[in-house]
Amino acid sequence: MSDETARLVEQIADDLFAAESEAAREALVQNRWPQRIWQIFAETGLAHAALPEEAGGAGLAAGLAVLRAAGRHAAPIPVAETMIGTLLCHRAGAEAPDGPLTLYAPPAGALAPQPEVQDDIVAATLPRVPWARIATVLAVGAPGQGLAFLKPSNVIEGANLAGEPRDDVAVSGPPDRVLPLPPEVDGFALMALARAAQLRGAMEQVLAMSLQYASDRVQFGRPLKRFQAIQHYLAEIAGEAAATGAAVDAAAQASNTFGFAAAKARASQAAGTVARLAHQVHGAIGYTAEHDLHHWTKRLWAWRDECGNEAYWWQGLGAHAAQGGGAALWPAMVAASGSAVEEAASGSAVAEEGDRP
Amino acid sequence: MTGFDFPPPAMPPGTDALRAEVRAFLADSQEALGWRPDSDFGSDWSAAFSCALGARGWIGMCWPRRYGGHERSALERYVVIEELLAAGAPVYAHWVADRQSGPLLLRFGTEEQRQTILPRIAAGECYFAIGMSEPDSGSDLASVRTRAERTADGWRINGTKVWTSNAHRSQYMIALCRTGPAGESRHEGLSQFLIDLEADGVKVSPIVNLAGKHDFNECVFEDVVIPADRLIGQEGDGWRQVTGELALERSGPERILSTFHLFAALVEAAGPEPEPRLAEAIGRLTAEFYALRAMSLAVAGQLEKGELPEVEAAIVKDMGTRFEAEVVETLRRAVPAEPVAGGSANAPSLEAALGATVLGLPSFTLRGGTNEVLRSIIARGLGVR
Repeated sequence: MSDETARLVEQIADDLFAAESEAAREALVQNRWPQRIWQIFAETGLAHAALPEEAGGAGLAAGLAVLRAAGRHAAPIPVAETMIGTLLCHRAGAEAPDGPLTLYAPPAGALAPQPEVQDDIVAATLPRVPWARIATVLAVGAPGQGLAFLKPSNVIEGANLAGEPRDDVAVSGPPDRVLPLPPEVDGFALMALARAAQLRGAMEQVLAMSLQYASDRVQFGRPLKRFQAIQHYLAEIAGEAAATGAAVDAAAQASNTFGFAAAKARASQAAGTVARLAHQVHGAIGYTAEHDLHHWTKRLWAWRDECGNEAYWWQGLGAHAAQGGGAALWPAMVAASGSAVEEAASGSAVAEEGDRP
Repeated sequence: MTGFDFPPPAMPPGTDALRAEVRAFLADSQEALGWRPDSDFGSDWSAAFSCALGARGWIGMCWPRRYGGHERSALERYVVIEELLAAGAPVYAHWVADRQSGPLLLRFGTEEQRQTILPRIAAGECYFAIGMSEPDSGSDLASVRTRAERTADGWRINGTKVWTSNAHRSQYMIALCRTGPAGESRHEGLSQFLIDLEADGVKVSPIVNLAGKHDFNECVFEDVVIPADRLIGQEGDGWRQVTGELALERSGPERILSTFHLFAALVEAAGPEPEPRLAEAIGRLTAEFYALRAMSLAVAGQLEKGELPEVEAAIVKDMGTRFEAEVVETLRRAVPAEPVAGGSANAPSLEAALGATVLGLPSFTLRGGTNEVLRSIIARGLGVR
């Protein structure tokens, strides 16, 4: 997958989300499914972007670029859930079902009840499943368990801070089918990486809005951007967004759970700082329902706690880093970063295994 | 798109093998020379280590062979220096010459300077000091007052430089001097000169830092007469040169690894199965380091392509130095240990290492540009200054 392809895919996604997201958010407020933006998203094939090239996609990095664009424009459809669901179906050797997908992917360990993702689910209520009211519900358990196509018996509607559907799903009876997944596939960590990519996009938008506002708004006879305190806030927002982006890009390249964890941890940590400083720059107008800023800051506040917050991932990263003792820390850090090696012939990056978690 | 991207570079083939070579060299050298790990590149001076490193071809790695270099890529150099820093090797003696003075001479020096000086740097024998700051010019570098005046066959230098690390044990300084009016931009009329620190009229006096160490100096130039060819590049080109040097100075792994030895000490103290609160603290540093290393590597990739990522370098140094301080804060809360002064960071006990680093930390966010100046550079890069 070339950088050029990723850029092209991102451009297509950016154009779509830029044109359609605002109307779609209004539809969602009125509790209507934003069919139009979804239809275009489906028709352009963007849902398959994260698949490897031989499966009709453009690789994990390109998929993350789509998610970045979705975050940048606060596109109110299950982009991440459908893309990662599609990727997991591919890894399970199945065609993804048509229409929006969603994924119940609890962490290995804690935070939420573990579904037994075998063929014997009898009764469970799966909390806060994104978009379950309109999507095909998939579930993955801990790595090594399968991918289950669930048959919800009841859906109780809920939402996150940004008003995105987060529904409780009651399941009784066995799933439609359960497909085996390769043991290294970590569905929860993949969803975390996807959220990190969305967070990155949302941070970019918040930075852009803050820069614009600081240029337009005049106080004490000069634009806000002429105040050094404001300049430094803006620099800090840019730094947090850049660190998030660098971690996401590195994780896509390394394509391992350690990287996905680091990316989500860094993104979740950055989200709070970025939202706080952006509101400080915007002053009272940014605190109104009328101003657009909240569409993004609410997503930052919601997404940072979804798919594992920074403390959750820090614990996992810390446990991993501590395993070998002090002397092994550096080699472990280098090994986990696993950078791509230049191809002798073309000089381009090798990222062909981009979908291997 | 708003903001800054740090795309991961593709590493040249063979970097894993190179890494292994460096690790083997470090193990041997530690035994042979008896140095103790100290990750702050600013702390330990060992000409013997620099010579051994030069003999392996790991100084001046990217320079042409005819000047003693080895024609490796910037990313291969990155791999070597991050391994050296992570191991806490005593790299200080040749550091400035390898990182910025050598590349400056390679680009702008005379053929004679390239032929006589660069091979000595690459051999680990020739060391440089940076002559930028002055008593009245710290962050505001454009206000330097050290003057260089034309004579019949060269230049005469008068003025004072301060915070000049290692001027007392280096052969040369690259000094930023005023050679003409500042102009509206304030960046005109500045030029850099290669000054022999043994020359007549150069007086080097120690400035002892708060840790009691003699690292930096005051350098007074009184009618120091130098030949015409000691002007680096074109007259009036000094600001552009300095900006380029600072990009090199700000983005390297030394801006994220200065306290890595304490990070490792924290992990060691925590044991293989730390309780959740401690694991969380270690994980927080791990995630931050992951992002920072990716950013620093990306800047190295941009430098390799011939770009000058001034703003990206400022972001790395601002965030990297704050991370370095966070390592210390995390360690002292977690262990807990009382820092001990008087030792150096290579003293055996954790307390002494912690003490040396606590006393060193204030300089991390000052040297090479204060974090406030860096944030202003970032703001300018965002178009709001």
